[in-house]
Amino acid sequence: MAEGITDLDMNSFDETIGSSDTPVLVDFWAEWCGPCKMIAPILEEIAVEQENIKIAKVNVDDSPDLARRYEIMSIPALIVFENGEPAKKLIGAKPKGALLEEIGEFL
Amino acid sequence: MKDIRDVIIIGSGPAGLTAAIYTARANMSPLVIEGEPSSTSDQPGGQLMLTTDVENFPGFPDGIMGPELMSNFRAQASRFGAEFVTAKVTDVDFSERPFTINVGDTSYQAKTAIISTGAQSLMLGLPNEERLIGHGLSTCATCDGFFFRDQEIAVVGGGDSAVEEATFLTRFASKVYLVHRRDELRASKIMCERALENPKIEILWNSQVVEIQGDEKLSGVVLQDTVTEDTRVLDIDGLFIAIGHRPNTDLFKGHLRLKDNGYLETQPNTSYTEVPGVFACGDVQDDYYRQAITAAGSGCMAAIDAERWLEDQNS
Repeated sequence: MAEGITDLDMNSFDETIGSSDTPVLVDFWAEWCGPCKMIAPILEEIAVEQENIKIAKVNVDDSPDLARRYEIMSIPALIVFENGEPAKKLIGAKPKGALLEEIGEFL
Repeated sequence: MKDIRDVIIIGSGPAGLTAAIYTARANMSPLVIEGEPSSTSDQPGGQLMLTTDVENFPGFPDGIMGPELMSNFRAQASRFGAEFVTAKVTDVDFSERPFTINVGDTSYQAKTAIISTGAQSLMLGLPNEERLIGHGLSTCATCDGFFFRDQEIAVVGGGDSAVEEATFLTRFASKVYLVHRRDELRASKIMCERALENPKIEILWNSQVVEIQGDEKLSGVVLQDTVTEDTRVLDIDGLFIAIGHRPNTDLFKGHLRLKDNGYLETQPNTSYTEVPGVFACGDVQDDYYRQAITAAGSGCMAAIDAERWLEDQNS
């Protein structure tokens, strides 16, 4: 478990996302997804470097209901939640620079 | 003056990483510019990052997952001291030695260069295609198949990767149409037999996708019969594209000789390009075999060619 990244499931998701006073970037991923593995270390770096956003992960194998709720059809999928609501959805693996640019408005 | 490396390897699939293992063990301290994360095959580790079971790579009698195999390749290269830069090369200058390889504002110099940038998946080039990626249209069956449980989907293509994807996707989907523009498959016999015997797969022969439909998400495609030219709508929830690859040679246009089909030209039975000191291996120069094992083999050739060429320069 990387420092600063929270694993969420059906039980912890709503409370964690709803009670956060900062935006939360949630990474929907799975063990069998190669591109998901590629961006995992990037998210770990962002978790350490960026103080204004929290990073969390949802394993879609363990929490298919959450994947369905947010209409995930492709992973990695990153959703930024603000005040408990999805504010931005990014699909596919991206290099760190491009990812930071996409979530710049939340940093 | 910046330090000049013995070798820089561009690309990190089976070819590039095998070249890294061999050049590292030859004390050439390779720098591997491995590419950057993406959800296409144009990423560190290459095409195998998007596959599940690799069943034909020798040494793994029970098969191995593609990403795991590539992670092993990389760890083996690291163990012998290969260094990695996770970025894409933006331009090269092979017109004088040492060669210059730029990654954005950072410039690297090397006495030899090994090119192993591989190939990337072709897209259909239809309107709506880009917009619906991740919304029912996928370039990665292994990433996205899971989300199409009990739904009807289609795979476009007739080669090994299309047939393999169609077979893989039957784990999730209730029905998989394989849309192929000819009346026979190009895939290997064992893959074709599996597909033909699979009750969930229906092959739509002589068919091509001429339109992709859907607003928020993909809802169907328009198919045209390549013989009669009749069209019809096929309602589906997911579309997977596996119509082949093109070599990643844009970077080298004007710097190295390309064949008519866009692949890098190498001298027969070697990895030599037309520029002495620049070597090429793997799918970027192979328009015929295109296997992980042949890519790895050619990566070994490029490493040995580079090592001996450099020795000759120094002697």
